Amino acid sequence: MEIFQMEFMQRAFIVAVLISVITPMIGNVIVLKRLSAIGDALSHSGLAGVTIGLCVGINPVLSAVIVSVLAALTIEYIRRGFSDYSELATAIVLSFGVGLAAVFSGFVKNAATLNSFMFGSIVAISDFEMWTVVLLSITVIVAFMLMYRELFYVTFDEEGAALSGVPVKTVNLIFTVLTAIVVSVASRTVGVLVISSLMVVPVACAMLVSKSYKQNIIFSVIFAFFFTVTGLIITAFYDIKPGGTIVLIGIGVLLVLLLVRKRR
Amino acid sequence: MSVAVLEVKNLSFSYPDKSILHRLSFEVEKGDFLCIVGTNGTGKSTLLKLILNRLSPTEGEIKLFGELSYKFKDCKKIAYVSQKATDFNAGFPATVEEIVSLGLYSRRGLFKGYSREDKAKVKDALERVGMYDYHNRLIGRLSGGQQQRVFIAKALVSDPEIIFLDEPTVGIDVKAVDSICCLLGELNRAGLTIVMVTHDISSILYHSNKVLVLSEDGMGEIMSSEDFNSGTIFSHVHHTH
Repeated sequence: MEIFQMEFMQRAFIVAVLISVITPMIGNVIVLKRLSAIGDALSHSGLAGVTIGLCVGINPVLSAVIVSVLAALTIEYIRRGFSDYSELATAIVLSFGVGLAAVFSGFVKNAATLNSFMFGSIVAISDFEMWTVVLLSITVIVAFMLMYRELFYVTFDEEGAALSGVPVKTVNLIFTVLTAIVVSVASRTVGVLVISSLMVVPVACAMLVSKSYKQNIIFSVIFAFFFTVTGLIITAFYDIKPGGTIVLIGIGVLLVLLLVRKRR
Repeated sequence: MSVAVLEVKNLSFSYPDKSILHRLSFEVEKGDFLCIVGTNGTGKSTLLKLILNRLSPTEGEIKLFGELSYKFKDCKKIAYVSQKATDFNAGFPATVEEIVSLGLYSRRGLFKGYSREDKAKVKDALERVGMYDYHNRLIGRLSGGQQQRVFIAKALVSDPEIIFLDEPTVGIDVKAVDSICCLLGELNRAGLTIVMVTHDISSILYHSNKVLVLSEDGMGEIMSSEDFNSGTIFSHVHHTH
C-alpha cells in the first residue's frame, strides 16, 4: 500500500475519480443520441492539440482542450451545412485531427511524452494538470446537472424538445464543447486513443442493468469508477499502460453482463 | 368575438422541386376536433410542421391564438404527438414517468427542477390515459399502443389548449387504434382542441367534427365530419389507399 502514499499516485487517483464521473455523464448522451463516433473525432483532434502543445511549448492538456473545443465547434458548423449527412462532419474532423497530429508528431522531440498521451500515463500528471482537470471537471459536472432535463429531452426527442421551448441548438453546442473538454482532460490518464471507449463501455454496461434514465447515468458512473480505479491499481503494480487496462476491464465486465443476461 | 385557436390564411409551401400546398385557408376554433386527410404526398405532415413553425411558408400566414406562428412563444398552450410508434428508439433506458415528465418542460422552463405539484400532474396525466400502473416500466418494454398513450400523456401533462397529432395510430394494432381514438374523443369532449393528421379516417371520424381534405394539386377543402361521411370524398380517400 506504500504506492498510494506517493504523490504522483494520489494525483492520478484524484484525476481518475473525476474522469470516471464526467466521462460516462457525457457518454450517456453520446450513446443515446447514437453519436458514438464523435468521441473518436474529438479525441483525435485532442491528439493534434497535444502534438501542437508539445511542439510550441505550451501545456499539452491545455492545447488539447483548445483544439478539441475548436474541433467540436467545427463539427457543429459542418453539421448545419450537411443536415442530412450529419455523420459527415464527424468523419471530416476525425480525418483532419489525424492529419494534423501526424504532421506535428514529426516535430515532437520527446516521443515518450507523446506516447503517454496516446495510451495514458499515471506518472506523468503534474500538479498544474491535476488542478486543470479538477477545474474543468467541476465545470462539466455543474453544467451537466444544470442542463440535465434539457439534455435528456434533446437526447430523447429533439423535435419535441424544440417545440416545448428547449433551446436545442444552444444545448447541442454547449454539449459538444463539454464533450471536447472531457475528451481532453481524460487524455492524460487513459490516453486519447481509448477515451471514446471509456465514454461508451460504462454506458453500455449500465444499459444492461438500469431501469430508468437516472439509474443509467448513476450506474454508468459506478462502472466507470470501478474500471478506472481497478485499472490504475493494476497499472501501479504491473507497470502496464493504464488506458488499455481500463478499457479491457470494461470490455470484460460488459461481456460478463451480456452472458449473464443471455442465460436469464 | 372569440379568437380562432388556429388560423391558416392563403398558405402556400413548395420544396425546391415540388409545390406542396397552394393557397390553403382554414380555421380551428376552441373545442374543435379537426382531422387532416389526403393521399401520400399531399402535404399533411408538412402542414403540421408549418403550423408548428418547423418550416417557413412560401406564402401566406398562420396564427396560433391570434399571434403569428413564428412569433408565438407560449409553448405550454400547444402540445405535439409525433409518429413515435414507428420512429421511437425502443432501447432508450427511460421510464414512462420520466418520459411524461419531459412534457412539463414548457411549463417549468430552463434549469428549473420538478416540484411536488409537477409529480402530481404526471400521475394525473398517466391516469387520464390509463397508464399509471406502468409508470415505472421502461418505455421500450411497452406495446406500440401503450407507448402512444404515454406520448399522449406527455402532451397532456402541460395542460395544453390544443394538441397536434401526426398519424398517432401508424404501426399500432387495430384494437389499440380504437382505444386511442376513443381516448382522443374523450379528451376532446372534455374541452381539448385537437388537430390530427391521419390515414385512418374511418376510426376517428366518429369523434371528430371537422375534416380537412388535402388534394394532390395542393388545394384543401374543409367540411364537417357529417358532410365528409355522406359525401363522395370519403370513398375517394379510401380508394386512393
